[in-house]
Amino acid sequence: MEPKPRVGFFTDTSVCIGCKACEVACKEWNLLPPDGLEWTGHSYDNTGELNANSWRHVAFVEQDKPLKLDGEVATADGGPAPMRWLMESDVCKHCTHAGCLDACPTGALFRTEFGTVVVQEDVCNGCGYCVPACPFGVIDKRDLPRSEHDAPLALPLLGRKEDGRVWKCTLCYDRLKGGHEPACAKACPTDSIQFGELDELRERAHARLGKLTTQGWNGAQLYGADPGDGVGGFGAFFLLLDEPEVYGLPPDPVVPTKHLPQLWKTTALAATAMLVGLAACFGGRA
Amino acid sequence: MIGSATEQGVELQSYYGRPVVKEPVWKPEVPVYFFTGGIAGGCAVLHGLARLARNDPLARSSLYVGTAMELVSPALLISDLGRPERFLNMLRMFKVTSPMSVGSWILVVSGGASTTAAALELLGILKPLKSAAEAVSFAAGPPLATYTGALLANTAIPVWSEARGELPILFGASAAASAGAANVLFTPPGAAAPARRAAVVGSALELGIVQAMELRLGFVGEVYKHGEAGKYAKLSKRLVAAGAGLLALGGRRSRTAAVTGAGLILAGELALRWSIYKAGFQSARDPKYTVVPQKARKAARTAPDRPRT
Repeated sequence: MEPKPRVGFFTDTSVCIGCKACEVACKEWNLLPPDGLEWTGHSYDNTGELNANSWRHVAFVEQDKPLKLDGEVATADGGPAPMRWLMESDVCKHCTHAGCLDACPTGALFRTEFGTVVVQEDVCNGCGYCVPACPFGVIDKRDLPRSEHDAPLALPLLGRKEDGRVWKCTLCYDRLKGGHEPACAKACPTDSIQFGELDELRERAHARLGKLTTQGWNGAQLYGADPGDGVGGFGAFFLLLDEPEVYGLPPDPVVPTKHLPQLWKTTALAATAMLVGLAACFGGRA
Repeated sequence: MIGSATEQGVELQSYYGRPVVKEPVWKPEVPVYFFTGGIAGGCAVLHGLARLARNDPLARSSLYVGTAMELVSPALLISDLGRPERFLNMLRMFKVTSPMSVGSWILVVSGGASTTAAALELLGILKPLKSAAEAVSFAAGPPLATYTGALLANTAIPVWSEARGELPILFGASAAASAGAANVLFTPPGAAAPARRAAVVGSALELGIVQAMELRLGFVGEVYKHGEAGKYAKLSKRLVAAGAGLLALGGRRSRTAAVTGAGLILAGELALRWSIYKAGFQSARDPKYTVVPQKARKAARTAPDRPRT
């Protein structure tokens, strides 16, 4: 594999119109199974979350806040209270230090020549360790319920399940290999989802933030553009109009393995203490 | 944005109260494995020490009990896989960044060694090979009993991750207690003194570490007070305390007291693993446990040097 420049997404939520073309394009290109039809009652969001079968998720946030800090104020029904409607197309962050990748025991998760993080579905054995290792709750197991063909507890090798592996955004690895941009970016009608080389996207994002700040947009901030953050910067980062947690994103994500060297030391200490403690139990008379 | 609440002086905002991190996808096989793997690791150590101390009855019982647990453990883990037929992929590589990978290798080495030793003991042949297998099993025992603590702590689940200072030690103490208790059940009383001590001292340490962990975790640790995690945490403490007390007071003289006490300890340690497992789900489900500590951390980092915009 020949290394290529690292690519990613810059998702500029200030121009997202919530059309969900990204969700649909992703589902179609990647042949993702349906997620069921469930009306959440949460604004226009009936997808709910990123999971094994939804690799783009548009969040809708209705707020009694002005869109801009001065100047024009939109209101509902011409009333005095300001309001705004935030939309954000969420996706796997393709972290520089990826918790899922570090946690994977089989090597099914790997880093591609484009710097993205992808699951090899012919290797994944569905151990599920990557799922709680992701600080963003992105990767998920595609699990079909146990059937009568499944073996009882003690006879696991006889069991049969139809999927049971983990799935997430591949940043359209197959399309990248063919020289195309990912399906979601291709489908986005407002260029809210921008695909490109990461360095260039970061420059573009800082310029865009400068412009929005000058224009007085309320709460404009970059999320995941800093290579010094807890996951070493996102491969897919965002321009948000409020705090990350408002969109369901963690405010200060840290890759779990950051603490692993110390954790292994604690474990070695625990193992030694156990050995010494049990040896002490053999002292004295019975 | 739905639901604002003030937790620890931080304004909590969330996306319709939805979780930020995913709940684990592990099934009950996994916490049961934490229990059986702990017994296996503890038994491997007890076995080696009993050999050195020339306590043959205890050496035999710990070998057989430990080996039984070593055989049950991989079956539980394979059963939990989404693709059980691919279990050998666990040994495709060795990754020190993945406690799951390290643990799979520990389990293979430990299980292989213990099973070999037990088979040769039963057949009464190949003494030198048996001794070598026993030595390997002895060395693999403590890592087997403790790595599972690191496995849980190396996640984004707040109640597990924040307990990274305690979980491996807690699992080690719990393993010592349950291995001791299991051997009290199967060892003639005259030879069971070290197992009794392991059960009693391990239980006392385990209770102390759990208490310290819950205190130190504070806000994040409140899941141990609610729901199923809370129920089983409380049950575990009562069972372990009662069992350890009974075993300490009457275990030497009365076989009934010894067996009852050991049984209570085993049930209590299983309940402990279950409560820790369930606490992870509760911790992931409510976004406040993820958001509030991270907000506080971010604020502490940015506040001193630059004003917040």
